[in-house]
Formats: sequence, C-alpha cells, structure tokens
Amino acid sequence: MKYDRGVLNDASTAVAELRHVSKRFGDVDAARDLNLSVASGEFLSFLGPSGCGKTTALRMLAGFETPSDGEVLIDGAVVNTLEPFRRPVNMVFQSYALFPHLSVFDNVAYGLRQRRPRLSRAEIAEKVSRTLDVVRLGDFGARRIWEMSGGQQQRVALARAIVNEPKLLLLDEPLAALDRKLRKAMQIELQDLQRQLGITFILVTHDQEEALSLSDRICVMRDGRIVQIGTPRELYDAPASRYVADFVGSSNFLEGRIGRITSGHADFTGVSGHSFSGQAGPGIEEGASGTLSLRPEQINISRRQLEGGHAVTVQNRIFLGEHTEYVVRHDEIGTFIVLASRRAEDREPPLDAGTQAYIAWNPDAALILRAD
Amino acid sequence: MRLYSLVVYVFLYAPIAIIALFSFNAGRHASDFQGFSIQWYGRALNNPFVMDALETSLIVAFITATLASILGTLAAVGLQGLRGPARAIFDALIYIAVMIPGIVIGIATLIALVTVFDVMNPWIENLWGDADNAPTLSMGRGSLIAAHTMFTMALVIIIVRARLGTLEQSLGEASADLYATPLGTFRQVTLPLIAPAVLAGFLLSFTFSFDDFIIAFFVAGSETTLPIYIFSSIRRGVTPEINAIGTMVMLASLVLLIVAQLILRRGDRT
Repeated sequence: MKYDRGVLNDASTAVAELRHVSKRFGDVDAARDLNLSVASGEFLSFLGPSGCGKTTALRMLAGFETPSDGEVLIDGAVVNTLEPFRRPVNMVFQSYALFPHLSVFDNVAYGLRQRRPRLSRAEIAEKVSRTLDVVRLGDFGARRIWEMSGGQQQRVALARAIVNEPKLLLLDEPLAALDRKLRKAMQIELQDLQRQLGITFILVTHDQEEALSLSDRICVMRDGRIVQIGTPRELYDAPASRYVADFVGSSNFLEGRIGRITSGHADFTGVSGHSFSGQAGPGIEEGASGTLSLRPEQINISRRQLEGGHAVTVQNRIFLGEHTEYVVRHDEIGTFIVLASRRAEDREPPLDAGTQAYIAWNPDAALILRAD
Repeated sequence: MRLYSLVVYVFLYAPIAIIALFSFNAGRHASDFQGFSIQWYGRALNNPFVMDALETSLIVAFITATLASILGTLAAVGLQGLRGPARAIFDALIYIAVMIPGIVIGIATLIALVTVFDVMNPWIENLWGDADNAPTLSMGRGSLIAAHTMFTMALVIIIVRARLGTLEQSLGEASADLYATPLGTFRQVTLPLIAPAVLAGFLLSFTFSFDDFIIAFFVAGSETTLPIYIFSSIRRGVTPEINAIGTMVMLASLVLLIVAQLILRRGDRT
C-alpha cells in the first residue's frame, strides 16, 4: 500500500512525530523547533547540506540523541529518553557499521537473536534467508563482511535492518559511499523495497536528485530548521524561498525589489531596472527586496524575436543528450541558463556560441520569492 | 653511525649470548668453556628448589595475568566513555604506572601492605575470638599477586585502549539499534573485537610477572620465585646451572612476547 500524496491530517496514522523538538550541543543549535509528522508507509527525506541538522533529527528518532526541548513520538508514545535498544526502529548507518567478526548471515540475524522470548533457530534461519533473498544476496550468507563489495555491504546493512520488520527504517546517507552508477541502481532497489515491504522510510541525504526521485515527501532543512515540507513536485514548482529553489533543482535567480502584489501575482523590478511579473511566492511583501526564480527548462530560446523576448548572446552550449543546455548573456540583466529540449531543436537547428538569440518565458513560470 | 649501532647491539646482546653459550659448558665454572654438554639443563630441571621456585612463579604469573586482563579490560572499556580533563588525568596515571621504576613500586607496596596488615591483624584476631588460631595477613603469594596485578593492569589497559580506539563508534550504536542491551553489546560485539588485545595483554602480563625480580624481592615474603632463586644462588657463585635456567627463562619470555605481538598484528587486520 502506497502512501497517498495528499494531506496528512489523521493523527492516528502517524508512525513518528516531532513536536517542537530542539537539540543543543554546547553553544550549537543542531536542531531548532522541528515539527513533523510521518505517516505509516511513507517515504520521507530530510534534505539539506551538511550541518543542517538532518542527521541530528534522525539520531533523535533512533534514540542516540536526547532532545533538549520538545517531544519525539513513535507510534503515539513519547520516547524522548527511551534507549535505542527499546525502540521499534532500525537504522542503516552511513558507514554501514557491519560487525566485522560475524558472517553475513550472523550480521543479519543479530537483531532477531536479541528478541525475548527467543526465536527458534529455524525461525531465525528462515527469516534471514528470506531477507537475504529480498536484497538478492541469497547465496552470500556464509561470506565474511570484508569479502563483500561496497554495494553488497550496503545490501547486507539493509537486510540487517529490515529483517526486524521495524515500524520505522532510518537511513543515514546510505548511498553516499557508492559510485554514481551503483547509487542509481540502489536507489531503484530502495524504492522497490519500500513499496514491497510497506515499511516507513526516513532518509537523510544531501543529494537533491536522490531525495526528489525517492521520496513521497521531502523536508528541506537549513541551520537546524525545517524550511519547507512538501512533495517533490510541490518543492520544485512552488519553493517557498530562494534557498529551497536553489537546493531543489537548479534555477536562474534575479535579485530586485518586489512591486505590487495582486491575487497571487506580483510585479518585480530587477536591479537592472527591467520589470517582470510572476507568481507571488509565500510571505512576500510589497516594496521588500526579493528574488525572481526561473527554472532553466521554462525559458524558450529562439533565433527569431519572441513576444516579450529579451535579446541575448549565446555564450556556451552543452549537449546533454535529451536536453541542450545554453548559457546566454543579456547585456543588462545578466546570465541565464536555458535548457532546450530535443523536440524544440527539431524545429530549429542548435545555436552556436556567439549567436544572437531571444529568450522569453511565460510570466506564470517566474516565481517571485522573498529574499533569505 | 653504522659502526656505532653495531657496538650498541654488541653491548646489548653479547652478555646474553655468553650466558646462553656457557649454559652448554661441560665444565663446572662459568668462565672457562670446557666442551659442549647439556648436563646443566638436566641438573637444573632435577633441582627441587628450582622446580619449587618455578611452580611459584608460574602460579603467580598465571593468576596475575588473569586478574590483570579482566580488570584492565573492564577499566579500558569503562574509560572509553570518559572525555575531557578527567580522561587526561586517567591517561597520565596509567602511563605513569608503567613508567615508575619497579623498586619504587616494590618499596611503596611493601610499606602500604605492612601498614594495612598491622592495622588489620589485631581486628581479625578480635573478630576470630581464638587469638592463637586466628589467620594473620602477611607477605606472601597474595601480596605478590596483588602488586604484580596492579602493575601489569596498566599494561593491559594501554593495549586494550589502543584496540578500542580503532573500532568504529557506530558498531556499538548499530548493536544498540538492533535491540542489544549495553551488556549484550559488550558480550557480542566489543569483547570479540578486542579479544586479540586482551589475549596479548594476558601474555605480556604473564611475562612481566614471571620475569619480575625487584617487586617480588620486596613483597614476596617467604615465597621464592624463580628470579629470587636465581638471585640468591648467584651469591654463591655463578654456575652453568644458573646460565641454563636463565637461558630457558629468556627463551620462554621471548616466545610469549612474540606470540603476543603476532596476536596483536593479526587482530589489526580484521
């Protein structure tokens, strides 16, 4: 059963909850007033640069850190001071933290063997081999950890966690140590696994692509705070601030002053003096300084004059297969990155560097955001 | 420079080589080689005084090594959680314990134990009721084991701490995350991973205790360990028999030290 991407109002389905949670390490505020509710079966990501508090949030859910303020709830019960070994939660560590003195089988069986009353030997063997099959390591049970490749170790770490059928699976940058190709493959595996098992996943990552492709919801963090929570599409199409627009996907930004705001739209005057209009982002104020954000794929580029277009010079062209990326320069406004799809190029041959061209965009595609 | 190091090595090892060489002397004088023989080895092994002293030494060394490895390992694991100035103080104390000359430890332990015994013995007599048959605390095997354990425990702490330092911190967290209690984590993860260091610490403690003369001389009371026996027989003149005992002790110690090193190296590889 897949979590419905809609609203989360039903408190009874929340597997984990953070209520005004803060964590201080000495003088450092690692987490500030976090509020979050995670639904059963959901795949949620904490996204942010290193030091933004995402790992601290995860460690508070696992029980390795105790919040300085606020409440951490798992399954509706406050667990602030509950020791990690009493929580129905399992974690996949960034370093995997596999036990080097145990075989693959014994690593995976570790959690099951701690259960009281004890599980029978046959029961443990059955669960372990079934889980090893799930992560496609069926024949590797007798191997030692150091005989396994990085990707295989990653799967052992996953198996060791999911064999316990936790309420909540916490993943701390689990794919960071893998090379690009393997990471892609593991992302797909992770997603399949989550759908197959229906376990709630909470992933910590600094890789926006990973967060966008895997998550039902993303929680963007900065300096210990949650700056925006939403589905990948919401974050991409309606970022609440320049920070989110910059961190989720890539964007062109123009600095300037916010003009009149009317029914969801706003006027905007760039530092160059040019006037634009666009959709009004949340929390913007008339007369305040702001940012206009424009996704590269929302800009049309052509040799011919476009309606409301701006004359630019092509500075660089990068062929990306499905898309072509242009870097174009407007003498007054500045540099834009434009992503032209292959289909657009069928109509018009590619532009060479140095060519004069015009760019234009639908005013609705531009987003006026508050400066942050 | 090369010549200099050569001279240093000659100074270091020539006396040992001579002892080993003269242990095979057929004659009865230590300074005059009269042909090859292993009769002194047989003599030494048939000498009941030597065998008694050896037995005492082995028992003391074994109990010392066992106690030191258990206490030292627990101390090392306990100290893991310590940070800041308290940690620095404990570290310094441990290293000082290893560096303090044996004679200081010997005298200090002797004075401390004598003082304690003087206070305790009248008490025990009173509690016992029957003053003539009351047990009395005195110097002997117990005090020797106590002194050796104190000294070698510091060694075990240093070795085990070094090994603990190489372990990933997240292993303990992973174990706790997989529902193991702190004791379960110690038993199932920490102990197996530091076992090579504990074993090496055991062997080193055994060797140190077995070879120790200075501390034993002060606190052994009426007990005679092998080094004490050797010392007292030398006063009656060095015989090839002493050379044979010395050679055997040296070989045994060397083997134990090498084994300890090998165990530590193998432990590092996993």
